[in-house]
Amino acid sequence: MSQAAAAAGTRTGTRPAGFFARSGGALTLIFVGPFLLYVSAFLILPTLMLLATAFSGAHGFTWRYVGELDQAQTLIAFRNSIELSATSALVGLVIGALAAYFVMRPGMPRGLRSLVTTFSAVAANFAGVPLAFAFIATLGSLGVITVWLKSIGIDLYGAGFRLYSILGLVIVYAYFQVPLMIIVITPALEALRKQWREAAENLGASSIDYWRYVGLPILLPSLLSAYILLFGNAFSAYATPYAISSGIVALVPVEISNVLSGNVMLSPQTGAALAFGMILVMVAVMGLYALIARQVGRWARP
Amino acid sequence: MRKRRRSETGPKIGLLLIGLYFLVPLVSTGAFSFWEGGNRYGLRAYIALVHEQQLWQSLGLSLRLAIETILVGLVILVPAVFWMNLRVQRLRALFDFVSVLPFVVPPIALVAGLTALYRGPSWFVGTANYLVVPYVILALPYTYRALEVGMRALDLRTLTEAAQSVGAGWLSIMFRVIVPNLSTALIGAALLTIAIVMGEFTFANILLFNTFAVYINYIGQTAATEAAALTLLSFLITWLAMLGVLLTGRGQVQIGGAR
Repeated sequence: MSQAAAAAGTRTGTRPAGFFARSGGALTLIFVGPFLLYVSAFLILPTLMLLATAFSGAHGFTWRYVGELDQAQTLIAFRNSIELSATSALVGLVIGALAAYFVMRPGMPRGLRSLVTTFSAVAANFAGVPLAFAFIATLGSLGVITVWLKSIGIDLYGAGFRLYSILGLVIVYAYFQVPLMIIVITPALEALRKQWREAAENLGASSIDYWRYVGLPILLPSLLSAYILLFGNAFSAYATPYAISSGIVALVPVEISNVLSGNVMLSPQTGAALAFGMILVMVAVMGLYALIARQVGRWARP
Repeated sequence: MRKRRRSETGPKIGLLLIGLYFLVPLVSTGAFSFWEGGNRYGLRAYIALVHEQQLWQSLGLSLRLAIETILVGLVILVPAVFWMNLRVQRLRALFDFVSVLPFVVPPIALVAGLTALYRGPSWFVGTANYLVVPYVILALPYTYRALEVGMRALDLRTLTEAAQSVGAGWLSIMFRVIVPNLSTALIGAALLTIAIVMGEFTFANILLFNTFAVYINYIGQTAATEAAALTLLSFLITWLAMLGVLLTGRGQVQIGGAR
């Protein structure tokens, strides 16, 4: 083997034997450098730039713009965003987990599982403007379901329902939150061993006892990390609420876009401070996620 | 035994209701796209769209951007992930960290940062190609994950040594050994990127470029039935891309099982 390599090396004259053993710093730079450079230039530097902008006034460093985050309008946007994300993540968590669990039950039609997996992958990626229009066509003031319900005597909009409200947005967000939950939680459900349930039943546990003392405690870290993932997913959504509400519901991403497009008389620093606040929330969320993911890893190991 | 069978009706009804929630918006959108006002239904929206010059331009732009994003993403990531796995494993933690960063910085925050940082030159930020810059970042977590899984399944060391022993240089190792062995991972990453770029709205809307999603939003302000038709088209594109991902993924599993 090494003889062949040496022979090849002599023949081409460029690759002396033992070349492979040496770790070339220059080669590392060539292979890894472009990637790290790209990420630095177009992800890390822009983020740092946001920080710098958020903290710089006419005369250097200032707390002014970040301090202004506690203005009523901004607080409402953050409260709405967090409320929407928390609620839609909860809805996604419960319905998604139930759906994943139901699909795995014995006695379900064959092929159902792969259908649900495929559809989940599609629906989890089907967000943004098209999703918004699908729901406007369904539950908008002239939507198919709205009109149909009206014809049988149920007046949704007369009763105060609006698609461009937190409730309406939660209903829309469920369309990508539930599938994401199904994708995320299915492996954890699969990891629940049948023997644990049998052992619990042998000891006289009912189905409720099993879930209360065995199933849910084991799933808890996975459920928590899934919840956080869903929260972050909803929190950074921009296209869907923009196309549905066009700013009627104040949400942080929509506020930032208003600043960027010059729709409101706010300084760029305010936009940067808003974005900075958003990143802070996401850092907290992802930090929690990493902590819990470590916990999940401990359980996943047999 | 009897108890179990009876309890299956609950889950079935539950699944049916959840399925309805997912089906109804699609069916409604479909019905809405055929609506011609009053009680008349037909293909008017679709016919109007076929003659819409701007639609084809925006669709073409989005497709071009998707392809450019795939190329740029792979050109910077394939060598980096390859070298990290082969030689500099100590960079793995850094790579993993960097690959989740796009989740931490929401698109709307990233676009704010990019506009604050890069104001020129106009050949760079002034054309729609500029969108490829953030799109590569958007696709980064998925592309990285796909490549990482694909490369871990390969014995890179043996492959590289074998190639070197017959006199291959790094370029031919990359193109004639690594890339062909990664084809399923690359196709998966490419299809996911297409799904992401075809639906991307945030960057294009803020930076004022007329991509497919921006066009759907624009047409939605004036012609609701056309917007419904385009919504279906967009769903179809996502569906095709995901089907491709799952099919190629399954192929990968089969190969792994055969070994």
